[in-house]
Amino acid sequence: MMPVDFATVLPEVLLAVFAMAALLGAVYTGKDAVTGLLTWATAGVFVAMALWIGLSGGEDRSAFGGMFIDDAFARFAKVTILLSAAAVLLISQDYMARRDLDRFEYPVLVVLAVIGMMMMVSSGDLMALYMGLELQSLALYVVAAIRRDSAKSTEAGLKYFVLGALSSGLLLYGASLVYGFAGTTLFSGILTTLGDDVPLGLLFGLVFMIAGLAFKVSAAPFHMWTPDVYEGAPTPVTAFLATAPKVAAMALMARLVHDAFGGVPGDWGQVLAALAVASMFWGAVAAIGQRDIKRLMAYSSIAHMGFALMGLAAGTAGGVQAMLVYMAIYVTMNVGTFAFILSMERDGVPVTDIDGLNQYSKAEPLKALAMLILLFSLAGVPPMLGFFGKFYVLKAAVDGGMTWLAIAGAVASVIGAFYYLRIVFYMYFGREGARIDTRMMPVQWTALVGVAALMLLGIINLFGIEPAAALAAASLVN
Amino acid sequence: MSYLLSFITFVPAVAAGVMALFLRGDSLAAQNNARWLALAASLVSLIASLFLLAGFDPANTGFQFVEEADWIVGLKYRMGVDGISVLFVLLTTFLMPITIAACWGVTDRVKDYMIAFLLLETLMLGVFCALDLVLFYLFFEAGLIPMFLIIGIWGGKDRIYAAFKFFLYTFLGSVLMLVAMVTMYFLAGTTCIGGCEVSLLTTDFPSETMGVLGFTVPGGVQTLLWLAFFASFAVKMPMWPVHTWLPDAHVQAPTAGSVVLAAILLKMGGYGFLRFSLPMFPVASDLLAPLVFWMSAIAIVYTSLVALAQSDMKKLIAYSSIAHMGYVTMGIFTANQQGIDGAIFQMISHGFISGALFLCVGVIYDRMHTREIDAYGGLVTRMPAYALIFMFFTMANVGLPGTSGFVGEFLTLMGIFQVNTWVAAVATSGVILSAAYALWLFRRVAFGALVKEGLMTIQDMTRRERAIFAPLVVMTLLLGIYPSVVTDIIGPSVGALITDYRAAVPTALELAQQ
Repeated sequence: MMPVDFATVLPEVLLAVFAMAALLGAVYTGKDAVTGLLTWATAGVFVAMALWIGLSGGEDRSAFGGMFIDDAFARFAKVTILLSAAAVLLISQDYMARRDLDRFEYPVLVVLAVIGMMMMVSSGDLMALYMGLELQSLALYVVAAIRRDSAKSTEAGLKYFVLGALSSGLLLYGASLVYGFAGTTLFSGILTTLGDDVPLGLLFGLVFMIAGLAFKVSAAPFHMWTPDVYEGAPTPVTAFLATAPKVAAMALMARLVHDAFGGVPGDWGQVLAALAVASMFWGAVAAIGQRDIKRLMAYSSIAHMGFALMGLAAGTAGGVQAMLVYMAIYVTMNVGTFAFILSMERDGVPVTDIDGLNQYSKAEPLKALAMLILLFSLAGVPPMLGFFGKFYVLKAAVDGGMTWLAIAGAVASVIGAFYYLRIVFYMYFGREGARIDTRMMPVQWTALVGVAALMLLGIINLFGIEPAAALAAASLVN
Repeated sequence: MSYLLSFITFVPAVAAGVMALFLRGDSLAAQNNARWLALAASLVSLIASLFLLAGFDPANTGFQFVEEADWIVGLKYRMGVDGISVLFVLLTTFLMPITIAACWGVTDRVKDYMIAFLLLETLMLGVFCALDLVLFYLFFEAGLIPMFLIIGIWGGKDRIYAAFKFFLYTFLGSVLMLVAMVTMYFLAGTTCIGGCEVSLLTTDFPSETMGVLGFTVPGGVQTLLWLAFFASFAVKMPMWPVHTWLPDAHVQAPTAGSVVLAAILLKMGGYGFLRFSLPMFPVASDLLAPLVFWMSAIAIVYTSLVALAQSDMKKLIAYSSIAHMGYVTMGIFTANQQGIDGAIFQMISHGFISGALFLCVGVIYDRMHTREIDAYGGLVTRMPAYALIFMFFTMANVGLPGTSGFVGEFLTLMGIFQVNTWVAAVATSGVILSAAYALWLFRRVAFGALVKEGLMTIQDMTRRERAIFAPLVVMTLLLGIYPSVVTDIIGPSVGALITDYRAAVPTALELAQQ
């Protein structure tokens, strides 16, 4: 009979054991020669784990005196994280192998990062929060610099590390303030100490913590690292950075503001709303001048985080639900888009310039169509699924009495539509120019075309993620 | 429950899917297959919509042929038509086969072209049939994608500028509408437009005066919602001063794209006013009607004058469309039977006439590859049949009695005269101006001596081209001589709409009786 605490954290423990075993196994066998196998095994473990967590359901549990919470919210976020991580690993395997990047450490580091993310979304305590966050971040710093002989990749890794450390410092400072004024690090404890009037120090701590987390989700004005790191890191790492860690950090933010500060939604709602507006507009405006598709995706993710924050800013269960739906749709779209970006190359060298897509639709009609669907979905144009993500967050904002925020978001989405349309313009209306190749492995092709099909078919019933997200939101906000 | 509406709506989309999946290659045979399949699908849709007309009961002012199915949580897939929307469905299904036949000569990416038009048809039909707010928005907005591609891929020289302008202009208008829709969902607790127990049509949205950002807003929430919807529909319509995307889009779009744009897409704005603004926000409509009247009057006079100065045929017709849409907006907000009947009639009739005029331009553009008016002259000697058709539709555009153009203009002017004499006076001057630019265009193109070198060998219309124009001529004459075919269908529904409107706006009634 397992102790209850241990049973609750079993998925994380198993993953950690898997990571260690994989590390040892690879060192003692073929080293980098087993990377391909290891990548598939890791993805398989992720999917199996996602199925297990997703289907097990059950009561909300907590372990270690409330430091680790396993509820429907955590499970929803974990399933999203695991599935997107598995998808990103699979679509990037070919790229890694051909660019001489197939180090066996990569999948292992991804597993460690995923464990960190799972801890983040389950944390019920400031200490657990910080541990999860750092486990994730340290693993990510290393993978960002995995191309050791490239100045850009190294620079990206270093930049990410320095700014990430700064944000961790902010977060830690905020956490210490909160601890000092609340006298406890447990979220549930902080919630009970909040009376009618909140001590100023506690609010300061909250704002510092939100700022630290805003770094992690790359919300403006804490977004500066994003374009450089996205551009500099090898594309598979960029794809990874743009998906799972964003879900984890966003879920952690929801966890913090609702579990620990749920009593004062008015106080953090305004802060999150300001972050949301800044991100949506900056993400939309700054992307207009970009020609590099990876930088474009960086600004796109900044804008998308703004929309997700809009749901959170509403401060209601509906808002959390909208945020979860939005994030699930967002990672799916990004997996498809990055499957395409990973395949962009000319004479065997990866290219990321959108000029290269000139008249792409004539060479590859099907892939161009899939990209067209994804881009319109990213822009939030119906009938693609991306529209429903926007619809739910707008609805959450209006229901939460923040109509002004909804209007701002609507206007920002029009500005943002411009740069997605510009990629469509290159693919469909552009003039003849230097062609690019997009040789795709079956996995990438499936990811691209499959995700595009999901974006269209999803309008039938959103694949039922909406009720699951509602359940998850209900378990967080009560 | 009958699935007729879904059938009509989705037949073109299914055909487009079949084409995308099963038609391979770019050989002549494959191109012809695509053309015939597209034509067949649009004809099936047309025949089905004739059954719709046959089964439609004009006396019933509620929604008919209602379909309902569960959709994403809280939303419903709900379709239905009433007297206001049924004719728009028919207009769309009637014009699409003609449009597809008109682009027979396109040889670049034929399959994609046909797919784009078929998808566009589904989305346009969906707009007129949707009875759920989100479903309506979905169709309304998704229509931008195929049109963006049609202009951008098959358009003229400056097609990219025009395509972006078209997309972003209309997108900005409609996202504001989306926020308003979400607010309505929040206030009413339902997204059902009509035909169910709790619907938006039966909801009274608050109209108490309120303060927003230091401004006093009479009509309160209703006014704000009205303005958001207005932002979308006025751009779509398009109304002065947000009309500037239309001439660009028209000039750059391929002929068939222009036809669909002028004949059907513009009507979505007018339909939106009738479906949302008037019945759902009556107080705000009543308050802001003078604004709409004057914007319409300015549109009629100003764009007619601008049309006089054009040297590009398509641009001239585009400006004339804006002027004619001015009568429509004016008629709608008079909120009396003549005005609204006239507005709907004008929209239907303008669908035939403007579509035909763009086709007329297309006929000579296909031969000479220029739309400059100065490049033509004296066509009547080489192309008598063409000159006859062109003259017929020019006259219809001017509003000659006996053609459908007359009835719509006359009814709307009668409607506005009862409400605001000054606006009526200004708008009537537009009739004269429209005669000026239309007849002058015709004179410069068709009359005069045939001196231009390139025109000496120009051929008259082919049999296919004549066949395309025949149904349009018949409809224009039929509606002009016997307008009751339209007014009998729309009359009862419009009457019910006006009764509800008057009940909601007591002051309007008092003013009208004074």
